[in-house]
Amino acid sequence: MTAPAAPAGVPAGRPADAPAGSKAPASSEASPAVAGRWAMAMRAFQFWLVNYRRTWRGTMYTSVLSPVLYLGAMGLGLGSLVDKHHSASLGGVSYLAFLAPGLLAAAGMQTAMNESTYPVLASVKWLKTYQAAAATPLRPADLFRGHVLFTTMRLFMNSLIFLVIMAAFGAVRSAWVVAAVPVVVLTGLAFAAPIDAYAVTREKDQGFAVLFRFGMIPMFLFSGTFFPITQLPAWIRPLAYITPLWHGVALCRELSLGTAGLWSSLGHLGYLAAITLIGLAAGVRTYQRRLYV
Amino acid sequence: MSELSEHLRALPLRILPPQLLAARGRLLGGRGSGYLIERHARAYRHAWLILVSGFFEPLFYLLSIGIGIGVLVGKVTGPGGHLVGFTSFVAPALLATSSMNGAVFDSTLNVFFRLKYAKLYDAALATPMRSGDVALGEIGWALIRGGLYAVAFMVVMLAMGLVHSAWAVFAIPTALLIGFAFAGAGMAATTFIRSWLDFEFVTLATLPMFLFSTTFYPLSVYPRPIQYVVDCTPLYQGIALLRGLTLGYVGPGLLWHVLYLAIMGMAGLAIAGRRISRLLLR
Amino acid sequence: MPDADILIAARGLTKRFGDFTAVDGIDFELRRGEAFGFLGPNGAGKSSTMRMIGCVSPPSGGELSILGLNPVLDGPAIRARLGVCPQDDTLDVELTVRENLLIYGRYFGLPRRVIAERTARLLDFVQLTERADDQVDPLSGGMKRRLTIARSLINEPEILILDEPTTGLDPQARHVVWDRLFRLKQQGVTLILTTHYMDEAEQLCDRLVVMDRGKIAAEGSPRQLIEAYSTPEVLELRFHVSDHEQAAEKVANAPSERMEVLADRILLYVIDGDAALAAVRALGLEPLTSLVRRSTLEDVFLRLTGRRLEDG
Repeated sequence: MTAPAAPAGVPAGRPADAPAGSKAPASSEASPAVAGRWAMAMRAFQFWLVNYRRTWRGTMYTSVLSPVLYLGAMGLGLGSLVDKHHSASLGGVSYLAFLAPGLLAAAGMQTAMNESTYPVLASVKWLKTYQAAAATPLRPADLFRGHVLFTTMRLFMNSLIFLVIMAAFGAVRSAWVVAAVPVVVLTGLAFAAPIDAYAVTREKDQGFAVLFRFGMIPMFLFSGTFFPITQLPAWIRPLAYITPLWHGVALCRELSLGTAGLWSSLGHLGYLAAITLIGLAAGVRTYQRRLYV
Repeated sequence: MSELSEHLRALPLRILPPQLLAARGRLLGGRGSGYLIERHARAYRHAWLILVSGFFEPLFYLLSIGIGIGVLVGKVTGPGGHLVGFTSFVAPALLATSSMNGAVFDSTLNVFFRLKYAKLYDAALATPMRSGDVALGEIGWALIRGGLYAVAFMVVMLAMGLVHSAWAVFAIPTALLIGFAFAGAGMAATTFIRSWLDFEFVTLATLPMFLFSTTFYPLSVYPRPIQYVVDCTPLYQGIALLRGLTLGYVGPGLLWHVLYLAIMGMAGLAIAGRRISRLLLR
Repeated sequence: MPDADILIAARGLTKRFGDFTAVDGIDFELRRGEAFGFLGPNGAGKSSTMRMIGCVSPPSGGELSILGLNPVLDGPAIRARLGVCPQDDTLDVELTVRENLLIYGRYFGLPRRVIAERTARLLDFVQLTERADDQVDPLSGGMKRRLTIARSLINEPEILILDEPTTGLDPQARHVVWDRLFRLKQQGVTLILTTHYMDEAEQLCDRLVVMDRGKIAAEGSPRQLIEAYSTPEVLELRFHVSDHEQAAEKVANAPSERMEVLADRILLYVIDGDAALAAVRALGLEPLTSLVRRSTLEDVFLRLTGRRLEDG
């Protein structure tokens, strides 16, 4: 997809009301206002970045304190009860070591869902910053990718912080855990891309409450974060297997415990990548449809 | 409640022409808060799924613990030193937490949104409604909604065999008391909030309480000094009360928790009542 | 014994926000049955005055009596008898059109039956009967404003307060709103409104005050104000941008009561516009365009403040 040709300063894709005598350049290369796909997305990304500079301190509380609180309360506190009970289904590891990588992946889902719901609706509906940006050479697809890039950055930062805290709690069993960071990013994107695509079509935020309560919370609770899904009734297990979170949790856990196998890892990654790509394709369409009415 | 509403409206009776007094009685007979509740009930008719979904959150937690974590933990030491099933132990705590979260959400985020963005109170205050009516109406709505969830949750607990005592009939009024305490405090907190960023502090208060106020394991897991800290948190009062009632360990000691929550709610309401006019009438 | 027909009386009314004085000691009276306007640019203190009258903003100084009552002590009792149409629509977007009137009426303590009967009448009046069961959000700006007006009438108020009733509406929607307000006026409803459109003030107000920087600059009917502060006719001249200043110096030699040099035009205040134009041409000047028109409140405002209404 190449940018439609347009003279500098005139929004792409619109009839150019250029002064008489001037001709539109034949290729987008001639104009500094229009650039390649990812260069354009970077401009949209910068918008989020500038905003984030004002608010990052507040988000740090959540990024740092949530892992500390959850690992402390559930990993250590509840873990002391679980470990006393010696359940065989944990495969002989402490509850802390079992739980921590699961929480790591779940935190990625949470970051992704927070970023891809209300901020997107606010941009398109409440603040209309998307409409403002769409009046520049940026195209809807650039805005979409820009936001996905920003979400990627947030996922990367948060998972790195989580990993450090996890290590400080002594919850890590293998150096392979470093590879869990990109896995969490991908897990998050498997949520962010499709939900971004959905959120931009909304007029009201009511759907989000349903998405959180019937999507995020059940996944958080039943996709293997807190207990092995083998404990679920057999008929409901397939439902857990198709959630992106389970693939993220399973792979992060195997990496953290040092039990990851090549083929199963590739399987998890492939599944998450497929959902992300579908979400990316959908978002380009829904952004286009919403912003170019 | 009605005494409080009088206090909140805080308008001394004056000598007025009789027809005006009649108008005042007809218009403002303490029902202003009721009209706001009526408004919320109507608004949620268009968003009933959200109302219903609020019930599922604690239910999902309960199921997750029943099916999953409960199996990993087995039995724990409940009140009075007796062993109880993990799910029976956690269920009342989840009810207390859900009462807290619902009340806090309604009295902070929702109120702030209605104040700054929906301009709901600007419209209401162009009528005979008072700022006190608005505050009471919001708390009243939070309690009604919380009460509905509490009833539903208790029905599920009964069905899952997690209620072990007839004292549990007091669980619903207790859940309302917890809601009142947190809605009062939340409303007071909202009068201090300047922007959305401040809501981080609300989460900063509720999340640690949820995780550490003996929700998932008994107080005895902690070292002594931390036990004292946990003992002082408001959510712990609610959890101790509901756990005692549903497991059947009831003693006069529980009244301290009742007193704590009642004072907390009244104090919050008093602060909110004093400050809410400043917020609404600039 | 105060005059029973004086519904609102203000003396030395002041509103301060910290160091900023929004309303600076104004005096005015509103009589029963009249349409009274506050004309002034944005930031003149009109909305602050309206909020004080609406009893949602305690005055910082001076006296204010509404319907014989004190707004600080008797706010709810006064508000029960007022209709308020605020500058920004405060409609409830979570409710339908009909429910907006229902809930608002309930805030006044009206029984549902009474509200239902009035709702039918009011929706008909503001031409929204067909949208009665629609959500509010998709309505056009003009429809929302009309709904707000209907809502402000649900309690059959003695005074209707309108803060910038047509700001932000397109010309057609403005005329529909004016038409409805004009009908209300004819039905004898007392109106008090703010505006920064001189045509709105001329159309709707029996009497108005010109407000600027928190103070009242003049008071009277539109006709009185024009007679007192302007001439019957105005000659507007436009020259090429590069000649503008030079031309202005020369035009000053033509006979006129007063001359205003704006950024894009020169205004000559005269008795006879055509004669003045002939005099300008006699000076050897040929404007790009010329226009002879009657004086408006805009001219009054320019005379009183040295600024145009839109300048703020």
